[in-house]
Amino acid sequence: MKRVLYILLLILGYAAGASAAEGNAEPKDSQLNVKDIIMGHIGDAYEWHIAGNAVIPLPCILYSSDKGLDVFMSNRLEGGESYNGYHIDQASGKIVNEAGVRPFDISITKNVLQLFIVCILLCSVILSLAAWYKRNGYDKAPGGFVGMMEAVIDFLDQDVAKANIGHGYEKFSPYLGTIFFFILTCNLLGLIPIFPGGANLTGNIAVTMTLAIASWIAINFFAPKAYFKSIFWPEVPVFLKAPLPIMPAIEFIGVFTKPFSLTIRLFANIFAGHAIILSLTCIIFVAWQSGAVLGLPMTILSVLFSIFMNCLELLVAFVQAYVFTLLTASFIGLAQNE
Amino acid sequence: MNLLSPDPGLLFWMILSFGIVFFILAKFGFPVIIGMVNKRKEYIEMSLLSAREANKQLAGIKEEGERLLAEAKSQKQEIVAGAMVEKTKIVQAAHEQASAEASKIAQESAIAIQRAKEEALADVKGEVADMALKVAETIIREKMQDDEEQKKAILKMIDNL
Repeated sequence: MKRVLYILLLILGYAAGASAAEGNAEPKDSQLNVKDIIMGHIGDAYEWHIAGNAVIPLPCILYSSDKGLDVFMSNRLEGGESYNGYHIDQASGKIVNEAGVRPFDISITKNVLQLFIVCILLCSVILSLAAWYKRNGYDKAPGGFVGMMEAVIDFLDQDVAKANIGHGYEKFSPYLGTIFFFILTCNLLGLIPIFPGGANLTGNIAVTMTLAIASWIAINFFAPKAYFKSIFWPEVPVFLKAPLPIMPAIEFIGVFTKPFSLTIRLFANIFAGHAIILSLTCIIFVAWQSGAVLGLPMTILSVLFSIFMNCLELLVAFVQAYVFTLLTASFIGLAQNE
Repeated sequence: MNLLSPDPGLLFWMILSFGIVFFILAKFGFPVIIGMVNKRKEYIEMSLLSAREANKQLAGIKEEGERLLAEAKSQKQEIVAGAMVEKTKIVQAAHEQASAEASKIAQESAIAIQRAKEEALADVKGEVADMALKVAETIIREKMQDDEEQKKAILKMIDNL
């Protein structure tokens, strides 16, 4: 019953969002602009759109050398209005000044707020677990949520960190735990269609890039000397490295392709999942435009597919968090045991 | 499309908040949990080890008891068997001694009887001889009063010889 309710809520959320977008698009064109709807939901925004006209305005923080620091709520820019010369560019969706130049923009956008929610949730969950252990000591076995989390944390510590890194794995274990739970929380909150979830964090390249750079630091900054020797002077026949550094070049590129693949894999997986679910929801509205004969069966079909896709995305949320963590661990292991 | 170009604002907030989260969790979160879990693992392992040790000791004690019991039993049997042998030996020796004594007594008594018989015989002989002498004396005394008679008697005796 709970699940059914959740799924209904999912669909309703998307439907409400889509219809709102439809309402906005209608004056210009009677046809739905599906691409804009999807991109609008997947991309970032200066306000948090909930349903219909319900919008949470978020603070904009801008800095430019000529205007100095500007802090104001995003509802001042609603409907193409401008504030202190700033307005939202229709093409890019970003705040620009009169000349169309972007200022230094660290606004609390939808994604940033979602990021804060993830961080607060993650810290409170993990720290409350730590508090449980401090309170109960080691001679009491946890049950329920703490027991479940312990199983996952122990799995990450033993079967991901220790199995891949081996000696000295303890140093990296907290990092691997952090990225796993960070990505998982982002993925799961992203699947909830309404506030406080629904932003597409791990489907945003800035987020996955930061995570990949953090992994890159963990891989390269703590590696022993042998690792760097294996990059710049690998054990291959001399002609492969002496006059023309073919192998060193390949190895050196490999150092950067690893985080790049991490970035793209997570981004593409989550992005695609969101895009598919939104597309399935949009099918309903496109089909209803041609009348009830097509609209009704397509609605049923779309709902069934959406249910399936949401279940799949739930799986993907775990799998992608695990894959990112596992690959980071194995890259660290490769560097450490060179 | 700005999908593949990271937004600097989000990048800034992401680096800042991920850094803070990582710092907090890596300092106060995961090490505490993992440390406690590992400590508990050690504790469980040690408990199991000591339980196994205690079990082994208990089994050792039981075995030792059984061994002692068996030893005592075999010792008892040995003692009983030894006693039996000793008993028969003693009985036999007593038998032998008794029979030897008996035969010796019998022998001695036989000798004594023999001697007594001989003595008695000798006594009887003496007595008889004395009596015969007395009888003869008496007869002689009575018969000697009459020579005739005497002569007749002597003659009769000679005839009878």
